[in-house]
Amino acid sequence: MKKVIMGNHALSYGAMLSRAQVIAAYPITPQTQVVELLSEMCADGTLNAKFIKVESEHSAMAACLGASLAGARTFTATSAQGLALMHEMLHWASGGRMPVVMGNINRAMAPGWSIWTDQNDSLSERDTGWIQFYCSSNQEVLDTVIQAFKVSEKLMIPSMVILDAFSLSHTYEVVEIPEQEKVDAFLPPFQPPYRLTPEDPHAFGGLTSPDHYMEFRYKLQKDIEKVPALVEETGREYEKMFGRYLGQVDDYLCEDAELVFVTSGTAGSTARVVVDELRNKGIKAGNLRIRLFRPFPFEKVRSILSRIPKVAVLDRNVSYGHHGIFYQEVKSAMYGQPSPAAIFGFIAGLGGRDITKDDYKEIANYALKKDKPEEEIVWIGVKK
Amino acid sequence: MNKKKEAKRIIFNSEKEMPLVAMSLGSMLYNKTGAWRNIKPVIDLSQCIKCGICWKFCPDVAIDIVDEWPQINYDYCKGCGICAEECPQKCITMVEEEK
Repeated sequence: MKKVIMGNHALSYGAMLSRAQVIAAYPITPQTQVVELLSEMCADGTLNAKFIKVESEHSAMAACLGASLAGARTFTATSAQGLALMHEMLHWASGGRMPVVMGNINRAMAPGWSIWTDQNDSLSERDTGWIQFYCSSNQEVLDTVIQAFKVSEKLMIPSMVILDAFSLSHTYEVVEIPEQEKVDAFLPPFQPPYRLTPEDPHAFGGLTSPDHYMEFRYKLQKDIEKVPALVEETGREYEKMFGRYLGQVDDYLCEDAELVFVTSGTAGSTARVVVDELRNKGIKAGNLRIRLFRPFPFEKVRSILSRIPKVAVLDRNVSYGHHGIFYQEVKSAMYGQPSPAAIFGFIAGLGGRDITKDDYKEIANYALKKDKPEEEIVWIGVKK
Repeated sequence: MNKKKEAKRIIFNSEKEMPLVAMSLGSMLYNKTGAWRNIKPVIDLSQCIKCGICWKFCPDVAIDIVDEWPQINYDYCKGCGICAEECPQKCITMVEEEK
């Protein structure tokens, strides 16, 4: 069945079709409709789940963790300041190996108060041990939620499904809603290897001395390293059943490109249009949209970018005192590779300022004209 | 009360033997928190009415009921004084620890 729905509702339908059993959430613009629709689904019986109302995002995640540890498939959603308030609990989720799936709507951090998109909220949680997917369409959001549950539950590592405020969260698109029976066949019920139950009482997350702490963290790292291959495998399985493929990255015309944009989120869709326009003018451009950001898809990115003379990384975020974060990551992934590209870092679109086709053309001009970057960060669109 | 599992300290020699998460590692067997205490509760059993309120209120589960009488486990009591505050008979005194 096809429906015209907003990005936020694509998250809700994803959680519904995944048969989430517990949802605990606190509303925040621009996430509110995600849990609004889920609470209606719980109330009218469309979704057989327990909806827990809480007094803060910290409590929302804490409630999700309790439910997950008890063996329930668990979903929540938040944004910006709400995600920041969850920060401590995010470490509990990954360290405690609780496969919660959470939607995060990328919203710029205050101050000044902003409700518009940028990526500093989710990227501030880069090192918490969560899997992160960045989406660029409502269909991708829905499909990613279902696949995220599968990947998360297999490895017992939580996932964040991330979409841009307004340019996706409140934008209506045609979305194919898969049939419940098919989703059930793809995603069987959650069966954790251990759980909180009176039948077999255990203390979880208790004091862990230097005898063991490091090994638990080693195991988390070793397991999260399995995600890229599992995302590919899960994506292919999903494609067989539903006809749509999502992998670690979305690469477009990179094969013979002289210039590749590295992008994420909705800005990645704009880049695709610009690639077509540049190619019409005889410039061989390509677009590598990174979907899986954590763990970083090293092999995939290396295999695509190693052949490319010019790489332009676009960041809708900044690590203050360093570079744009995707730029850092791409450079670090390409260090020591046999055929290194000239890699340029651009920052645009902070706080929801539009990233336009003209911005990309400015980026392309800069990267094509210069042999290597002449500034640490090339700012696009700053009123100087 | 009598269903207590036997607690034992667990040490793994390889990460491969370990569970995914820190569960039931028996760490409280060696993490004895009694040393954190500056003042300790002392119960005058001659005034005690065996109401069990100290047992119920102890946030560290450091008071046991043994043959109906409260008994403080000084290996774990942190000396917070809640038992002394809540005791209806006021028969628990907080006494300065001495070296």
